[in-house]
Amino acid sequence: MIEYDRFVLDNGLRVLVHQDHSTPMAVVNIMYDVGARDENPEKTGFAHLFEHLMFGGSIHIPDYDEPLQRAGGENNAYTTNDLTNYYCQLPAENIETAFWLESDRMLSLAFGEKSLSVQKKVVCEEFKEHYLNKPYGDVWHKMRELAYKVHPYRWMTIGKELSHVENANIDDVKAFFWKHYRPVNAILVVAGAVKPDNIKRLAEKWFGDIPMGEKYHRHLPAEPKQTEARRSEVYAKVPVDAFIKTWHMDARLEKGYYVADLITEILGGGASSRLYESLVKEKQLFSALDVHHWGSTDKGLLAIEGRLVNGITLEAAEQAVEEELAKIQAITVNENELQKVKNKTESMIAFEDMSVMNRAASLATYELLGDAQLMNTELGKYQEITVADIQQYCKEIFRSSNSNTLFYHAQK
Amino acid sequence: MPDRKNAPQIIDAVDMHLELKPYESYTLDNGVEVYAFNGGEEEVLMVELVFFAGNWYEKKNIVAATTNFMLKNGTKKKNAFALNEHFEFYGAYLNRHCYNETATITLHCLSKHLSELLPVTAEIITDSVFPEQELLIYKQNQKQRLEINLKKCDFIANRLIDEYIYGFHHPYGRYTSTLDYEELQREELDAFYKQYYTNGKCIIFTAGKLPADIIPQLNKAFGHLPFQQNSLSDKQFNPAPAELLKYNILNDPEGVQGAIRIAQPFPNRHHPDFSRMQVLNNIFGGYFGSRLMSNIREDKGYTYGIHSHLQNHIHTSALVVSTEAGRDVCEATIAEVYKEMAILRTEPVEEEELALVRNYMIGSLIGDLDGPFHIIARWKNYILNGVTDEYFYNSIDTVKNISAEELRELARKYLNPEQFYELLVV
Repeated sequence: MIEYDRFVLDNGLRVLVHQDHSTPMAVVNIMYDVGARDENPEKTGFAHLFEHLMFGGSIHIPDYDEPLQRAGGENNAYTTNDLTNYYCQLPAENIETAFWLESDRMLSLAFGEKSLSVQKKVVCEEFKEHYLNKPYGDVWHKMRELAYKVHPYRWMTIGKELSHVENANIDDVKAFFWKHYRPVNAILVVAGAVKPDNIKRLAEKWFGDIPMGEKYHRHLPAEPKQTEARRSEVYAKVPVDAFIKTWHMDARLEKGYYVADLITEILGGGASSRLYESLVKEKQLFSALDVHHWGSTDKGLLAIEGRLVNGITLEAAEQAVEEELAKIQAITVNENELQKVKNKTESMIAFEDMSVMNRAASLATYELLGDAQLMNTELGKYQEITVADIQQYCKEIFRSSNSNTLFYHAQK
Repeated sequence: MPDRKNAPQIIDAVDMHLELKPYESYTLDNGVEVYAFNGGEEEVLMVELVFFAGNWYEKKNIVAATTNFMLKNGTKKKNAFALNEHFEFYGAYLNRHCYNETATITLHCLSKHLSELLPVTAEIITDSVFPEQELLIYKQNQKQRLEINLKKCDFIANRLIDEYIYGFHHPYGRYTSTLDYEELQREELDAFYKQYYTNGKCIIFTAGKLPADIIPQLNKAFGHLPFQQNSLSDKQFNPAPAELLKYNILNDPEGVQGAIRIAQPFPNRHHPDFSRMQVLNNIFGGYFGSRLMSNIREDKGYTYGIHSHLQNHIHTSALVVSTEAGRDVCEATIAEVYKEMAILRTEPVEEEELALVRNYMIGSLIGDLDGPFHIIARWKNYILNGVTDEYFYNSIDTVKNISAEELRELARKYLNPEQFYELLVV
């Protein structure tokens, strides 16, 4: 049970305080309700580029990192297709430094041209390092475009192409900031060796006078239900063929999400999972195999991807995958197998919650989803799932018409 | 309106109290030492068995790593599937890792399931059988993984720079070819296993929310196994650094980035310069605000990240600068690295920057001692490196007191371009 206090400032900033006095540290986590899905399709990668700019100086403070490091702190940030999160950890005695820094960059950035021009280059190098200069680096670019025609999940957080990042200008930066980085669109979580009274005082002092801004209401085009199987083939200079297939699944708070999470574990979580045992060990079709899903807020994808053993055809690999999927639809999984993946889930949650930083980020994420209390009811939702739920949901999602298949050929 | 122009008062991290909380130690019936740290809020724990079974001890390339990997692939009573199923059913993670001197088996689990998991962990140490079929699959898949990794400039660069520093005959400098996999024999694994695991030297570390009977449980599972605590030969390797210092390797004619490594040998942590160098390294390239990051990423945008570090080896170490930079700015990046060395050799670090680095290092140390797993990890590192908590307190002392002049002396001694290997893989 994760306990916390919650209050809302007059400007709409939601504040959550989670105490843990076993650590001398404090974590300050600010989540903004904006991600790559909120981008203009012609200017993708912007939310993430913007995250870099948040470290390029704010209205009263030329450099974010330096004063934090001086106070014994460390920080980082990440952007996803759904949200942007900033967090820092520092000795609890110095927590006011984090309030000073975070509130100033919420009040206003400095909007320096130099920061923009340098960070565009840095992000382009990040793009190259992770997605261009790597074998199979573009797999998910291609898969997203195949599986989504309308919804902005059709591009990666890093952006559709380098030119989108290269073309970003300072007016875009300003508009994005004033639209999304307002108190009413943010959540502040403070965790660790802290007292709620003091945090409330500090929150009022540092964030209280920042103008509320306008609440951002998201009107994203819903992805129409897919009605026929989609396939695509790619040829690239890679050593071996790769197979990837995805299926649309429920959104984060829908029941199907939890079922899909367990299905993912049954099929591919660990060396005792079905696909690993059958396709890697028994039939030796794949040399590496991974089953996962996005965990995204809107309806996302469940994926099976792997690299083929030399001499195996993509068709044979696909057929073997389909046989396993037919089996899990035809024959109810046994109770023991379901219990195993529930136990794994329980354990995963316990290990995740060991770190104060993770707890702070989870609280912010659930608050953004609608209610921080979800963090404490999550495990219960998994426990309720039955073998019949698993079977029924497998039948629902693993239809051919709901699938997207990518054959990634090694160019000889 | 609060005063937004001036930073709030801080307490300097260097003035904060730092303590490395002590472990408790026990000896099992067969002489195995156990180091335990009890703490934490969640009902989880870890048990790590450390064997002196790293590649330091193998006679043939990749035998140590393969033996370690295949510990989960079958015992006399359970095949690979059954073994994995057992741990996964209880939501436990049984990981194994092979390092240079040591190799580990690590169990993470909910405290309530420990008694179901320890006996099977023991079974792995005494009854592993290394089935031929499992080995074949492993070889095939590892070879393929290697082929893919060899397409990556950073992977190539990491292998080569170690070879230049230590020589290919040295365990720190050796790497794997597909031929090494093909030549592996089951019998070699089995022999290595019997000598270095079943009858080898073992140390146990455990941390987390430990049950009251943790030591009796460990003793029951591991206290009667036939470990030979004095079985190790004192095997020594002398590094044979390469003669040529500068290398340009073409790996991918169409690549958009190059991997840069700039490195030189450095003594291990018993040398008085080691913890002093940690401070200089931080300033140079050891954290986000370092000279290398500020100049090459934050000012010039040549790279997503550039770092320098001292390798965490037991016998001997190296100072390594590493980055992936845009293909057309690789040469410029290398020039800037040397420029930053020159500045550190000639200009004393200003007090403001030095104070910041001191606070940052102490602050991240405090953060690093957070929670039982972090604390035992630090102790493990100290114990395996043959140092005590004196090292911890001395290092803190160094961070707090090293002067700008001492740092400049250190830079003059260790940051000379002519002492560095320089490698560019594009």
